[in-house]
Amino acid sequence: MRHSISLSLLLAVFWLLNSGYYTPLLLFLGAVSVALVMFISHRMDMVDHESQPLHLTLRIPGYWLWLLKAIILANVDVVYRIWRGNSSISPTRFVLKASQRTDIVKVIYANSITLTPGTVAIDLEGDTITVHALTRKAVEELKSGVMERRVNLLEL
Amino acid sequence: MEIMIDLLLNIGSGILLILGGFFCVSGGVGLLRFPDFYTRMHAAGVTDTLGAGLILVGLMLQSTHLIVLLKLILVLLFALLTGPAASHALAKAAMHGNLKPLLYRDKSTR
Repeated sequence: MRHSISLSLLLAVFWLLNSGYYTPLLLFLGAVSVALVMFISHRMDMVDHESQPLHLTLRIPGYWLWLLKAIILANVDVVYRIWRGNSSISPTRFVLKASQRTDIVKVIYANSITLTPGTVAIDLEGDTITVHALTRKAVEELKSGVMERRVNLLEL
Repeated sequence: MEIMIDLLLNIGSGILLILGGFFCVSGGVGLLRFPDFYTRMHAAGVTDTLGAGLILVGLMLQSTHLIVLLKLILVLLFALLTGPAASHALAKAAMHGNLKPLLYRDKSTR
């Protein structure tokens, strides 16, 4: 139930922001659209804790801030290597353990790895992530587990 | 006072737009320069995240209406949420299509 309420609220806000016209006709059409999308998502059995991870609401902003800092640092490093040339990169493929208990936090971990330039999660199977990294330094950084510890805080 | 704030916003926005442009160009250079598909993906990541992010934040400082600001925030959010999904799909397709990555070997082990 909470997931349905949260999804319909999100959809309504999304419509209001994108439309910008608040006449009765358009508001009515918006309500109909929200109802239609809600109906379809229920039929597809998509409204659950994975599409609406409400239990993460309080913890995710702190994580986003930390991730933003990590993304900026990684960007600077990759740009430096782009201008230095190919002798400065050391492409590596390796397997990383994903110790997270829930699927959604595992996916957040893998997506964070991909979002950070310099590392891309190629495959996520069971509790291992296959990662391609641009440099040895990025490999060491991931293996040191700083990001993993930060992600695991979401699960407490 | 209002002129001062306007001026500061314009300068800040200009700096962010130039920086964002620099990151986008760097991503493009990396895309051409790096040796194989997988390494080029990392260069594209620069354009996806900080390049797009800085340009969007720079535009946010220019927005005069609240609704424009909120829409720009939505654009940034969607770019950051869909970017990794697309990169991951590409990388996974490449790996399952048996495209071997060019890997680095230490000179000592060669």
